[in-house]
Amino acid sequence: MSTLLSPKSKIWWDEPIERSELIWISIVFIWGLVMTFMMPFWHVTGDQNLSNETYKTTPEKFMASTQAMVDEYTVRQDGPRNYPVVKPPAGGDVYMVSRLWDFWPIIELERGQTYRFHLSSLDWQHGFSLQPANINIQIIPKYEHVFTLTPNSSGEFSVICNEYCGIGHHMMIGKIHVVEPGS
Amino acid sequence: MSATFRTCPDTGLKFETDAEKLMKANAVAAVVFLLIGGIYGLLVGLTRWPAVHLLEADMFYLTLTAHGINVLIFWLIFFEIALLYFCSAVLLSCRIAFPKVAWGGFGLMLVGALMNNYIVASGDASVMMTSYAPMEAHPLFYLSLILFAVGALVGCFIFFATLVIAKEEKTYEGSVSLVTFGAITAAIIAVFTIISGAIILVPTLLWSVGIVNEIDALAYRLIWWGFGHSSQQINVSAHIAVWYAIAAIVFGAKPMSEKVSRMAFFMYILFLQIASAHHLLVDPGVSSEFKMFNTSYAMYLAVMASMVHGLTVPGSIEAAQRAKGFNNGLFEWLRRAPWGNPTFSGMFISLVGFGFLGGISGVVMGVEQINVLMHNTLYVPGHFHATVVIGTTLAFMALTYWLVPVLFRRELIMKGVAAWQPYMFGIGMAGVALFLMGAGTLGVPRRHWDITFSMTGGVVHEFPAAANTLLALNGLSVLLAVLGGAAFCVIIVGSLLFGKKLGDDEKISPPIIATPPEDSAYVGIGSGSITVPGTFVLAMVFFVSFAVYYFINWKYLAETWGIG
Repeated sequence: MSTLLSPKSKIWWDEPIERSELIWISIVFIWGLVMTFMMPFWHVTGDQNLSNETYKTTPEKFMASTQAMVDEYTVRQDGPRNYPVVKPPAGGDVYMVSRLWDFWPIIELERGQTYRFHLSSLDWQHGFSLQPANINIQIIPKYEHVFTLTPNSSGEFSVICNEYCGIGHHMMIGKIHVVEPGS
Repeated sequence: MSATFRTCPDTGLKFETDAEKLMKANAVAAVVFLLIGGIYGLLVGLTRWPAVHLLEADMFYLTLTAHGINVLIFWLIFFEIALLYFCSAVLLSCRIAFPKVAWGGFGLMLVGALMNNYIVASGDASVMMTSYAPMEAHPLFYLSLILFAVGALVGCFIFFATLVIAKEEKTYEGSVSLVTFGAITAAIIAVFTIISGAIILVPTLLWSVGIVNEIDALAYRLIWWGFGHSSQQINVSAHIAVWYAIAAIVFGAKPMSEKVSRMAFFMYILFLQIASAHHLLVDPGVSSEFKMFNTSYAMYLAVMASMVHGLTVPGSIEAAQRAKGFNNGLFEWLRRAPWGNPTFSGMFISLVGFGFLGGISGVVMGVEQINVLMHNTLYVPGHFHATVVIGTTLAFMALTYWLVPVLFRRELIMKGVAAWQPYMFGIGMAGVALFLMGAGTLGVPRRHWDITFSMTGGVVHEFPAAANTLLALNGLSVLLAVLGGAAFCVIIVGSLLFGKKLGDDEKISPPIIATPPEDSAYVGIGSGSITVPGTFVLAMVFFVSFAVYYFINWKYLAETWGIG
């Protein structure tokens, strides 16, 4: 009687379970519990737990907040696009605008300091892919996502859009500089 | 109305005329869309190969959209409808319910698929399969998907109605077979999937023609994935049913225990679809509690179900082989398996690739915190080429080799090539999965035309050099996989057109269905109380690989910036 046909015995649910199946089910069930435990465990002990803090916003409102930060904390103009380089105080708020097809402005951070990032899109959905740290966060229009980042190495980092956003998607790139503390 | 049946001389299965024609039409349509989607896939792979970089940007995004929809939706769902009809009408020796309605459903699916291909090829709908609002496609894009989905829903209800007829007319005794049970699981998940699709695509269609003002981007993602991911859960249930079917066809295998395998399918219905939320792990506005519960498939109970199938399918093969006398050592049963039979080799490569490459990567990527390392990188397509292509597509290909003589009554042509085809396709696609995952680990974005940033006016990012190597290796793997895919299409289409016609009573030699071993032959197989020691050892190898890779990724996570 093969698997293609009805079970031979009408009362198949009384048949004993193979020993190897029982052992395997036990192993897999315990493994599932371990994996389930790991997520809350990391919330308590780990340093990488993306915040869910979110506010409804509008493109105008978000742009205004970003502009205010740029006006207050710009330290110089830089890069091929001559964008403002903004250095907010440690622990301060960092706004980064994503739009077709650009991240604005350039941000400068100090290694080891924690910053409150605000992300939103002015138009379509975008992706915040911080490289080479490899941190990837979805950006949704009309939602302002607030979370903290604490750089653990210095250097030039790129923000690459990794949510497809139309024909210019591959041109969408921005920069975050991380400098040594006190420099 | 009396239905007419033919009895297959090789398998003894009964085919009702209407059911047979419907299965043929759906299976042929499936292969045609696999061919179209495969050609698009080749172009995608060649463009992402940095040294080749074949297409221009607009054509690349168009091609990627068409590739995804043709293979992920059209090929798989057409095949699954044929499979549902097979698992109901044929396996239960029953007439199919409402054949005219079933043809209507097929027509809707066909119109939807053709309309979608037209509008995507026109360039007005290069929005990817996900078509994330507020990015907007031509209204026909949404309409075509809705038509296709309604057609598929009709197919599901024909399947359910056929089950009712079989029960009423008592065409089988006791419970339906395990394979049919798996198909029922797939169909129930399909109904949930299609309803989610309607809830999101209908308002999006209305928005695209200006009747609805706004589509909330976050709500779109949440509901769309109830459709997008659940449709992959249909595939999982369906291809696992196919694994069980092939174990029975090639080895005469019987379930190790009906109870365990059916429970595992039932857990899919309870828990598998809620995992759709794992696409939202790094989205704003979604709470951690929601993410943890949903993305762990309720404490990994659906993962447990898949791991149970991963043991019981090869376990049933091992037990049948041992019952036939291949009872020596741990692996004689496996060594003596018919590795030259594409129905078996395709199924076995599908099983191993789905578990080791697709399953492990999927669970790791779906951990609430670890996802931040992979979201929207090439790791994601790496993962689902292992699940949907090695897992589902290769399993369906394997079954198709068997269906050519059984359903279409044609002899397979080019049997020598067919024997190699699953290896070409499976190894090629395993390369694609591994190399894409490797590039994703290095941060390379998915759906991206130019990772050299040549058009950004000098603002560039340099990925590690290994990324280019991995993408080139991916390109080579694509070529091998496409060779395998093309071989499949040529063999199947060629066999249907030119294969030797088999008479109604003509038997094929060697036989294409195994005689199940007697129950008495199962007594005393294996070693001690473990009847399938070889499978158990393989399962432990799987478990150790899984656990090691899982914790390695926690370590990767701990090394990046603090995220709070």
